[in-house]
Amino acid sequence: MSNTINIRKGLDIRLLGDATKEIKQLAVSKTVSLSPLDFHGLIPKLVVKEGEKVQVGDVIFYDKKNEKIKYVSPASGTVREIVRGEKRKILQVLIDSDGKQTCKKFKVSKVADTSREDLMSLLMESGLWPCFRQRPIDVVADPTKEPKGIYVSSFDSSPLAPDYEFILGDRMDQVQIGLKALNVLCNGNVHLSNRESSQFAAMKEVNHHVFEGVHPAGNIGTQIHHIDPINKGEFVWSINIQDVAAIGKLFESGNVDGKKCIALTGSEVKSPCYYNIHSGSSVSDLVKNNVAGDNVRYISGNVLTGDQKKLEGHIGFYHNQFTIIPEGNEYKFFLTTGWLGLGFDKFSNSRLFPTFLSKSKKFVLDTNTNGEERAFVVTGELEKVFPFDILPMHLTKAAITNDIDGMENLGIYEVAPEDFALCEYVCTTKINIQEKIRQGLDLIASECM
Amino acid sequence: MKFLEKYLHKMEPHFEKGGKYEKWNPLFETLATFAFTPKLVTQKGTHIRDGVDLKRTMFTVVIALIPCLIFGIYNTGHWEMAVSEANRNLPYFDMIGTKFLNGLIIVMPVVMVSYAVGLGVEFLFGMIRGHSLHEGFLVSGMLIPLTMPADVPLWMVGLATAFAVIIGKEIFGGTGMNVVNIALTARAFLFFAYPTSMSGDKVWMSGLGDKMASNPEAVDGFSGATALGDLASFMSDKAMVAGEAVQSNVAVQSFSSEYTAWESFMGMIPGSIGETSTMACLLGAVILIFTGVGSLRIILSFFVGGFIMGLLLNLAGGNPYLDLPAYYHLIIGGFAFGAIFMATDPVTASQTATGKIIYGFFGGFLAIMIRVLNPAYPEGVFLAILFMNVMAPIIDHYVVQANINRRLKRLKTT
Repeated sequence: MSNTINIRKGLDIRLLGDATKEIKQLAVSKTVSLSPLDFHGLIPKLVVKEGEKVQVGDVIFYDKKNEKIKYVSPASGTVREIVRGEKRKILQVLIDSDGKQTCKKFKVSKVADTSREDLMSLLMESGLWPCFRQRPIDVVADPTKEPKGIYVSSFDSSPLAPDYEFILGDRMDQVQIGLKALNVLCNGNVHLSNRESSQFAAMKEVNHHVFEGVHPAGNIGTQIHHIDPINKGEFVWSINIQDVAAIGKLFESGNVDGKKCIALTGSEVKSPCYYNIHSGSSVSDLVKNNVAGDNVRYISGNVLTGDQKKLEGHIGFYHNQFTIIPEGNEYKFFLTTGWLGLGFDKFSNSRLFPTFLSKSKKFVLDTNTNGEERAFVVTGELEKVFPFDILPMHLTKAAITNDIDGMENLGIYEVAPEDFALCEYVCTTKINIQEKIRQGLDLIASECM
Repeated sequence: MKFLEKYLHKMEPHFEKGGKYEKWNPLFETLATFAFTPKLVTQKGTHIRDGVDLKRTMFTVVIALIPCLIFGIYNTGHWEMAVSEANRNLPYFDMIGTKFLNGLIIVMPVVMVSYAVGLGVEFLFGMIRGHSLHEGFLVSGMLIPLTMPADVPLWMVGLATAFAVIIGKEIFGGTGMNVVNIALTARAFLFFAYPTSMSGDKVWMSGLGDKMASNPEAVDGFSGATALGDLASFMSDKAMVAGEAVQSNVAVQSFSSEYTAWESFMGMIPGSIGETSTMACLLGAVILIFTGVGSLRIILSFFVGGFIMGLLLNLAGGNPYLDLPAYYHLIIGGFAFGAIFMATDPVTASQTATGKIIYGFFGGFLAIMIRVLNPAYPEGVFLAILFMNVMAPIIDHYVVQANINRRLKRLKTT
């Protein structure tokens, strides 16, 4: 089963600011956050009130559509504030930490002795269930649907991505237990995709796959498409490898401590490295005394798919990386740094800049769009970075025009917005393709699921 | 440049909504975004964007057209001098400076009229719709003059440009929305509306028409037609004297001694301003293909399609047009120019990779078919490309359908 699949269509965006192989500890933030906005389409039902005491693992809210799916506190302390937006929509729940991180205990037995039902209710009760994402639609997995398979990638190929072999090097046994648990969920259809000669190749009881080549080789969507593409009516789940280790830890210790290791990266970080943090930690604690410029953008996640955060914001639930890059909110004179400049500092997938000559130079890229939005003009450029047997431009147009039949025919069930991140990056006409695909998926979810 | 930036900052509020020059915002924005890449930042999705934008892409095409323009200017100057000295065999590389200057005087007004009218119309639509000028016309404005005969009246250029921009583009929604190529729409408009100014043997050399009227003896026997036009006339009279069996061969021979392959390839022959030199077109092609702006698939399959049609016609044989060696077809007329600069327009070409190959192939195939098998027009390239522009969505439809069927098949087998 371990045939090497080489991804040629794609692009490695070489950015400055890779994290050095060193893990620092970050104490739990004074205030941590759990935000329903991290889970697309979730309608939360609160179970705590402001001022209530909580432990790590206590339920904060659950999913209104499926009450069994619980979202738990990443910290022990007191619920300080329930932040609401328009129409009283819950934006986030802020918890004042007491610094002790006392954890709620869950009753666990050995994986081999756990039935599928017991395992599912344990995962939902302990707040680990939202780690499972489902395709189609790219939302938290629906436990009532039987998945065709569960997919795990042991590497991330996006710009400045964290190295999971490094992060999980001493937790391989927990990963193994976690993978065994996944097996229980889907009758042995667990697929693990590795780079060549990865430590994770030693994992047992999974189907191994080897992916080589450029980004998006590490994206779960690319891997599913090349292993066993999703058809209409089928469901697959995916989960991040670090969350697999968290499941293993739950079976080992009986608690969920909300800890994870993330990479602090980007050209504006003084000393980029790894941090052990608690889920929902505040951005200001993470970046304290470590930011080089003052006009910067904080991104929870990577530069292609992450969320923009403010300094007083919190790190997203799904993110294992935090990136800081310069803002590009300044005019650029057309002959020097603008559209007609030589462009020795511009990174491009086209050969319109001299930088294509170097294959190793790393770049400092800012958030400037480098041009205004236009109607689609250039053809064939999206296809160069989209390793699917799907026509990206046609699918995007179907999504823009709310053409449900068109989207179904063109393969919307296989994709998630993140699969289109590179398309959006290279798009000459600066169209927000990920947003369009998300709107298309939402339409499909409401009309066809 | 800080000074200019500050000035723009100062002026900006006047052009924003509620400002005193609100109406003129599209004009201001166009100039401001030309001088400075705006300070727009990403909001959603990817936080960084590729350095390339439509302005740079379009400008690359304009750069790729410069060899054609420069050569076209010189060639126009050369034939103008040939006419005024009534010497068809004037040495080509002689008095280079004077010829270039003369050519410049003839060509530049055509270029200027094309840009002035086209940009004017675009601004007008931009102001009505409230958006800044989109970049498409940067290229169209250069393509239109290069497809014109040297002697074209300027008002015709203006009229054709206005027609092409309004009917060819703006009524469909502007840059990126048009169905047929803008520059070819202008060419086709003039070709059908004013055929006498667009074909025949008087318009290709600047001043020839006037000279014929005032002093016919001086230019007696002076064919001012393009190579293709000449070929047609070789077919009708020059070969008549020969016997039935050799008629066609003689015509081809006398044609290829008048227009040697080298001269045709280099473009030292009369024709539309920018199209004559296959060499200059290929230089442009190198730029387009290397930067990835032009599609190699389309260009290559266009040439292959034309060559195959040429070979097929050779097999049939029988008259000089049919017997003309296939490679000749690729280097005379507007074939190379059309293949490289017109057929590759991404908006009007096929959008899928497979579609591009089919589109290009039939473009070239039809161009030669129309050129040879059509008694009315000596040139078929622009008609073939316009026809394929219209067909491109159908080609794409079938390519997309094949993709959909692959997915459906997978569904059935599982």
